[in-house]
Amino acid sequence: MLELHTLEKRYPTGDMALKGIDLTVPKGQVMALIGPSGAGKSTLIRCVNRLVEPTRGQIILGGSDVTALKPSALRQMRRNMGMIFQEYALVERLSVMENILSGRLGYVGFWRSALRRYPQTDVTRAFDLLERVGLQDFVDKRADALSGGQRQRVGIARALMQDPDILLVDEPTASLDPKTSRQIMRLITELASENGIAAIINIHDVTLATTFAERIVGLRLGEIVYDGDPKGLTHDVLTTIYGEEDWTLTLKENQAKSQDEQVTNTTSQSTVPAGGVT
Amino acid sequence: MSVESIPSKQRQWSPPPLIANVWLRYLVIAAVVGYLVLALSSIEVDPERIAEGWTRTSRLLADFFQPDFRGRWGDIRTGMLESLTMTVVATAAGLVLALPLSLGAASNLAPRAIYLLCRSLIIFTRTFPEVVIALLFVVMVGFGPLAGVITLSLASAGFIAKLLAEDIEDINSSQLEAMRATGASWAQIIVYGVAPQVLPRFIGLAAYRLDINFRESAILGIVGAGGIGAVLRTSIRRYDFNTTGAILALIIGIVLLLELLSSRIRAWVQ
Repeated sequence: MLELHTLEKRYPTGDMALKGIDLTVPKGQVMALIGPSGAGKSTLIRCVNRLVEPTRGQIILGGSDVTALKPSALRQMRRNMGMIFQEYALVERLSVMENILSGRLGYVGFWRSALRRYPQTDVTRAFDLLERVGLQDFVDKRADALSGGQRQRVGIARALMQDPDILLVDEPTASLDPKTSRQIMRLITELASENGIAAIINIHDVTLATTFAERIVGLRLGEIVYDGDPKGLTHDVLTTIYGEEDWTLTLKENQAKSQDEQVTNTTSQSTVPAGGVT
Repeated sequence: MSVESIPSKQRQWSPPPLIANVWLRYLVIAAVVGYLVLALSSIEVDPERIAEGWTRTSRLLADFFQPDFRGRWGDIRTGMLESLTMTVVATAAGLVLALPLSLGAASNLAPRAIYLLCRSLIIFTRTFPEVVIALLFVVMVGFGPLAGVITLSLASAGFIAKLLAEDIEDINSSQLEAMRATGASWAQIIVYGVAPQVLPRFIGLAAYRLDINFRESAILGIVGAGGIGAVLRTSIRRYDFNTTGAILALIIGIVLLLELLSSRIRAWVQ
């Protein structure tokens, strides 16, 4: 569904962030993108919705070439790509509801959005999503009054409001504690599979990546050096991606956690209770 | 590497001198002292004139502290109302002009050409002192409050646009990026990504400019651009210092009230 062909990005400083990436993400697949800082993970997902303009190559989403779009067609295309950010990127002074409804900005006209007169179907959908992410009691709270985990839930709901085909997720857990990180990752992957949405998740934490993603792509210095099953991440592969280090603990943890996750996954498919939200 | 600790006598520290070169340092000090001596000796102090001036000053002060509100109340009232009207109209017009100007003058939103155009407009409105601009408009549209209103509107627009543009340039860019990623149009990005972040500052600036404009309107009247300043000038020319005192007392009172109002508003919008 999403295809990248020899995607290249050279920054004005001369740094080659991406060196000819070829990648295909089928419908509904949750893919984790791992790699050291500066490998080009952020650049890659920002090229997909052209927040960063690629220098060369093609991006095909649902059959149309994203790289060739004029500004207004690009805005329409961006509606199909929900983005979730590292520092949540909520509009701090707006309420939770306003932030979630802002996911519809690409669909409603200027005056409707400026006067907050959204169509009833949008408002209903927003309430459903609020309930799904466990924030039904926070509708009119200002976004800057929420905790990190709550803010990221709002960020996730905002992305889903766009009714996207793909989620572009940039370090969703980087500012969260370990427990909240797992809850957020679980929420993203569950929502992706419930709605048949593909996801590209940039993530530093290898254990989280292998636990929640069905496919791992390893990026190093702007090139793909691993693409495959989470189980294939051996000592040698991790060394290729990140460089020489003792990976025994990470690998051991992976095995333990993926077994543990298979157990919890079957029991936690329900809505997160409001009290359990962190 | 051998470890030799510095003997305790040498462990003293004083800040390095501002000018490292010793000769240059003393030369600069000598030049400053020499200039002060020469400058002070060139002032001619005439004790007789001071004594004469002192009696006039004390009469003036005595009249100030016996303000006469009644004698010229009609003129004072008209002047004050005119000043207040000028203030409100000029602030409102200034805000309307400042909005597009500030968006255009923010380098993170506007294309380069529009940015440069808006910045030069702002610089232009802020280059000349308000009194000079007022004189120009008095010539163009004649004596009276219209000249003052136009002057203050332009000055307010430049002032608010400059400070607001700097605030817009400082906003959190990831919130803008998030709005852009939803497929929002430019106008929607302004309303959702920019406005919530700068609104408190905008309201604060408007309130602040309101009290500046009132004070300015008192000065502009002196060059014939309407308002209480004209009445003030007439009373000084007639040596009618009781009326002058009354007008000054009223100006001080209103400025204090506006100051109180604007600080309340700013505290409320945070």
